[in-house]
Amino acid sequence: MTGVLLLAMLIAPAAAAVACLLLRTQSKPEILNLIASIVVFIAAVLLTVLSAGGPSRYWDDYLVLDMPGAWVALCTAIVYLLASIYAVGYMRLVVEEGQSLWSFYALFSGFAFTILLSTVMNNAALYWIAIELTTLVSTFLVGFERAPESLEAAWKYIVIVSAGISLALLGTVLFYWSGSFVLGPVYDMTWNNLEVAAAKMNRSLVELAYLLVLVGYGTKVGLAPMHTWLPDAHSESPAPVSAMLSGALLNGAMLGIVRYLAICDATGIGPLARTVLVAMGILSLLVGALFIVRQDGIKRLMAYSSVEHMGVVALGFGFGGLLGVAGALYHMLNHSLNKSLMFFGAGNVMRSFGTKDIREIRGVWKRFPVQGGLWLAGAAAITGAPPFGLFLSELVILRAGLERAFDWAVYAMVALLMIIFVGFLNHFREMYFDPAPSSETGLVSISRWCVAPMWLALAPLLLFGVWWPGALWEHFTAIAHLLAIVHP
Amino acid sequence: MLVAHLDPLISSIFSLMAIVSLLLAFVMLGSRWLNNYLYAFGAESWVIAALSAVIAFYGGYPELYYIAILTALFRGLLLPYLIWKMIRRLDVTLEIHEILQPSSALVIGAFSVIFSLVVSYRFGQSLGLVGTVTVLAFTVMLSIKLIGFLMLAVRHEAISHILGLLLLENGMFLGAQMLIPGMPVLIEIVILFDLLIVVACFGVLVQFLASHAGSTSSLELKRLVG
Repeated sequence: MTGVLLLAMLIAPAAAAVACLLLRTQSKPEILNLIASIVVFIAAVLLTVLSAGGPSRYWDDYLVLDMPGAWVALCTAIVYLLASIYAVGYMRLVVEEGQSLWSFYALFSGFAFTILLSTVMNNAALYWIAIELTTLVSTFLVGFERAPESLEAAWKYIVIVSAGISLALLGTVLFYWSGSFVLGPVYDMTWNNLEVAAAKMNRSLVELAYLLVLVGYGTKVGLAPMHTWLPDAHSESPAPVSAMLSGALLNGAMLGIVRYLAICDATGIGPLARTVLVAMGILSLLVGALFIVRQDGIKRLMAYSSVEHMGVVALGFGFGGLLGVAGALYHMLNHSLNKSLMFFGAGNVMRSFGTKDIREIRGVWKRFPVQGGLWLAGAAAITGAPPFGLFLSELVILRAGLERAFDWAVYAMVALLMIIFVGFLNHFREMYFDPAPSSETGLVSISRWCVAPMWLALAPLLLFGVWWPGALWEHFTAIAHLLAIVHP
Repeated sequence: MLVAHLDPLISSIFSLMAIVSLLLAFVMLGSRWLNNYLYAFGAESWVIAALSAVIAFYGGYPELYYIAILTALFRGLLLPYLIWKMIRRLDVTLEIHEILQPSSALVIGAFSVIFSLVVSYRFGQSLGLVGTVTVLAFTVMLSIKLIGFLMLAVRHEAISHILGLLLLENGMFLGAQMLIPGMPVLIEIVILFDLLIVVACFGVLVQFLASHAGSTSSLELKRLVG
């Protein structure tokens, strides 16, 4: 059963991508992609439930379905589904400008496939390849609109991320080397093998390898100071792609860091590994706060908020312990939902006002009472205000920090989150309540396809804010134990 | 571990090849003409392929012969050919605006080798491998990596960036062959294919840059800030 579902989850988007390439029609690709995303979503939900029964391995141990991987796959599937619904309405507007729809959907479903693939890779080197593939596919999505700005963003993205993850490859090689002193010169570099060998590995070599991997995958996650590609890529790509980049891809790369962190714990260098991760998390929050306060681009605002939230997730995993891991995993889910909502709203507003500049967007609420309300609720949620999911997850991460004696990081986190709260919502105050300019020409109407996913994202976000399901808590507890089985 | 227990002659051959690769990385760093850059990269790939074959022969890893052949074909011929075509199509022949003169870049490159040596020596000590060719292999791997980053930092032409990234990969591959010759072949082959896709993607993107953004120099890419 698990094997069939896993296959369905991987094959559906791959098949949609191939079908889009072969059919090359303007009408069917969106339906193909939508069907694929629904299949992926159902499979991911079931796999998350089934993963609780213990890890299942396939294809000579090359694929694994374990709880952390299944959770990230679920977050990816949610964003993929929401973004696919949104893209039906949004991309029609882009197509009117002369772009081909089938190539977009081929790349889009291919992108989903590569992220999902990375979550189930059991071999550290193949995981690296999957992450590399996500870059290659998404580069063309970032540059899809072919404007000079989007191509500039795509170029910076591919160069910075490729250079970054070449460091992750070096780290991977060094991990293999460290393992070869314990397991012999030829062995399969599965996560499990590395964890088993970890206790006997040379500490200083593992320290170097971990730092390289952290910088490498950290580039992909968008942790400061390697985040520089992120605001450009997220702001210049079409809105559904921005949502996928932010809500799905970043989590996929974070999974790698988490898996290596578990190995470091087993080696006995956990305190160093965690402190570095926490420091990067705080730096990401700082960079996020500074750039959010003085931001003019609406999608860049959302992008810096992603830097901030990945910082929060890094803090959760860095603090560790039951609360830290549970908070970080919950934050991943809530951020995926919330950031999708924010990018969808930003895409709608951008299309409707014909600008990305916050200073030129005024009177949003007057113009869009319903979706304006949704977007504003999302803005309150993303800054960590109650009663939304991110409030709960951030609170749990803060408690984890206090419990694990990272007091300094907790105080810094609280201060920076407050700055971000004020800075972020101040932009929304201007857009919603400052007097609108007199001219209201050139309005583009927004399709229902573009509003429906905003509802679908906000409803669970509100639910998760007032009610943390007991089953989820048990699931997170199991993941926290899984990540600490070989290392108390 | 293979490289830690070699007789002196084989050790010298390994050292020679590693040092030749490092020198070729310096040739790339010191060159302003993109074609020279490319030839040095191609030559370096051939040296690495030869190194794989030598390791296959002396280390008893017959599967590394395939890797040697694939490295020579992919890194030594196909990738340089693709990039040569890009250079022809874009009609750029040299780096015009450099942040650093090649001579200054060479000096910084030399410092990065010293830094790598210090780091490698420390690791050699902690692993009990000082005096073996391991330290040299590790030094060369780190140095080529640092030189690759240096090239990414001080060059602007898109082609230079691609070559810089490929140099990063070459350094890694060279180190991996010497330090972990037992790495599963499947993974090495996948990495080689991955590299081909990377270059193809870069090729397409460079074309877009040239036609839509009007320039392939990163100096011109400054629309997105803040």
